[in-house]
Amino acid sequence: MAAPVIILRATGRVARRQALSRGSRWVLLAASLVGVGVLAYLAYDTIDTGASRLTWDFLTSYPSRFAERAGLRSSIIGTVWVLGATIVLALPVAIGTAIWIEEFAPKNPLLTVVKLNLANLAGVPSIIYGILGLAVFVRFASLGPSILAGALTLAAMIIPMTVIAAQEAIRQVPQSLRDGSLALGATHWQTVRHHVLPQALPGIMTGIILAVSRAAGETAALIMLGAFTFIAWDNTNLFEDFTTVPIQIYNWTVRPRQQGFQVNASAAIIVLMAAVLTLNLIAAVIRERFRHE
Amino acid sequence: MARLDLETVATRTRDQELQEGDRAATKMSTSGGLRPATEPSPGISFGEPLFVLRDLSFWYGNKPALADVTMAFPVNRVTALIGPSGCGKSTLLRCLNRMNELIPGVRLTGEVTYHSQDIYASDIDPVEVRRRIGMVFQKPNPFPKSIYDNVAFGARVNGYRGDMDELVERSLKQAALFDEVKDDLRKSGLALSGGQQQRLCIARALAVGPDVILMDEPCSALDPFATLKIEDLIRELVEDFTIIIVTHNMQQAARVSDFTAFMLAGEDGAGRLIEYGPTEKVFTNPEEQRTEDYITGRFG
Repeated sequence: MAAPVIILRATGRVARRQALSRGSRWVLLAASLVGVGVLAYLAYDTIDTGASRLTWDFLTSYPSRFAERAGLRSSIIGTVWVLGATIVLALPVAIGTAIWIEEFAPKNPLLTVVKLNLANLAGVPSIIYGILGLAVFVRFASLGPSILAGALTLAAMIIPMTVIAAQEAIRQVPQSLRDGSLALGATHWQTVRHHVLPQALPGIMTGIILAVSRAAGETAALIMLGAFTFIAWDNTNLFEDFTTVPIQIYNWTVRPRQQGFQVNASAAIIVLMAAVLTLNLIAAVIRERFRHE
Repeated sequence: MARLDLETVATRTRDQELQEGDRAATKMSTSGGLRPATEPSPGISFGEPLFVLRDLSFWYGNKPALADVTMAFPVNRVTALIGPSGCGKSTLLRCLNRMNELIPGVRLTGEVTYHSQDIYASDIDPVEVRRRIGMVFQKPNPFPKSIYDNVAFGARVNGYRGDMDELVERSLKQAALFDEVKDDLRKSGLALSGGQQQRLCIARALAVGPDVILMDEPCSALDPFATLKIEDLIRELVEDFTIIIVTHNMQQAARVSDFTAFMLAGEDGAGRLIEYGPTEKVFTNPEEQRTEDYITGRFG
């Protein structure tokens, strides 16, 4: 009649399962550390090499065959032009496409094909977009290796991923919100305009910033277009030749080590990283503001 | 245009109504089979009905959800739709303001008239239908905007030109919410309690100026106290509005409704109207054994 003895210490199978659980934690931590560690080392090395060259003169000087006199002026201006034009060209198309697919498109097999293609296009290597840009915009449309050709190429590259991110954000908007609006006699467009878009905006913003960051760092596609030139003036319109910061970095990196251009490349990388970080920060601020409204 | 049509409708003679009622009744009795012995208009006469359904059937894809429902809803009364889950009562409610057609692949046959107009006729615009027929949902779904904007939204999109402040205040008062929120109409609608949110949704519906409010289990996400407030509100609103309420809660149906319709899904999954009559009669002396079984808790 003695009370049954219940052992609550981990034994047998439970002990093994718990050991595995504890072990998994360390494996996952190690995986995270490898990624962060490599990144931290790269950042340290870049800053260590380039920080000394990071002066106001470096930002405001044109390129030069002397490393100490060379600067980022024309490539920063070129980047701003190309990115600005890319945003203007890509965003209306991308957001419009996402709204149409999620809110208005008839759900049929054709739509499934379109969605599948968008996902595939988002995974196409950028050099392919460069070849497309060279054939269609530079040659066929006779735009030359101009800012407009570059922006059109980058727009084609970022539209698929922006569409996918925006679609995802629009899908996250609860159906009950749409129902509430439609039940009040709002039209489909009024519902999208006043409820779906404001709700989806933070998610759409995230997608836009990721896409624009990628465009900001794009090199291969633009070099393919022929934007690998020596620019010693300020761009003033869309039909001029141009260079961008990543192209300039590539340009400096491939020079012989002795000339000191590697230091310039590191300094330029710091500038590019800071710019992309700032973009992300702005996106985060906008996102938070909308979330709290 | 539509307003003109409604006025024409209002001047119809009593004869026409009676004839229409007869026609509906005849249709019902001729369809035979598993048909309930209910009249489209239950027990007592209630004048011109607001909605008349004739042989309404509904499918989600190939899945039948409603089969041959024929019934009429009285003006300025609370009508409750009760029945176990999956009996089609929410589907029926959503057929009344064309919210069902937002789901792809649905199909509807039969007729739904509102003020004697077939709302599924080809020349009828669902937006016009929905702005005249208010709806409150199961889960309170205020917009993530201020209380003021929640109420004003419907009026704004419908091109309301009057004094918006006055309309917002009046609607909130009608929904018995004004006193609780009057100090800060700029506060987010999401900051309110569940019961307040649901009353905000009612105010929002009222601001568009409907004459009927459809309520889809409006209290199922609320505590008993908030539920009581909504029920009191329903009894107040029925002075000026027609209310059709879907509820799982039979005590609630008994407390708030004038008429009760009991629905049940058949073996094919399609909901059918089993019994429809004055609430008191349905609850105390139902005609159908299945109604009695459900009401006394023997199933469902």
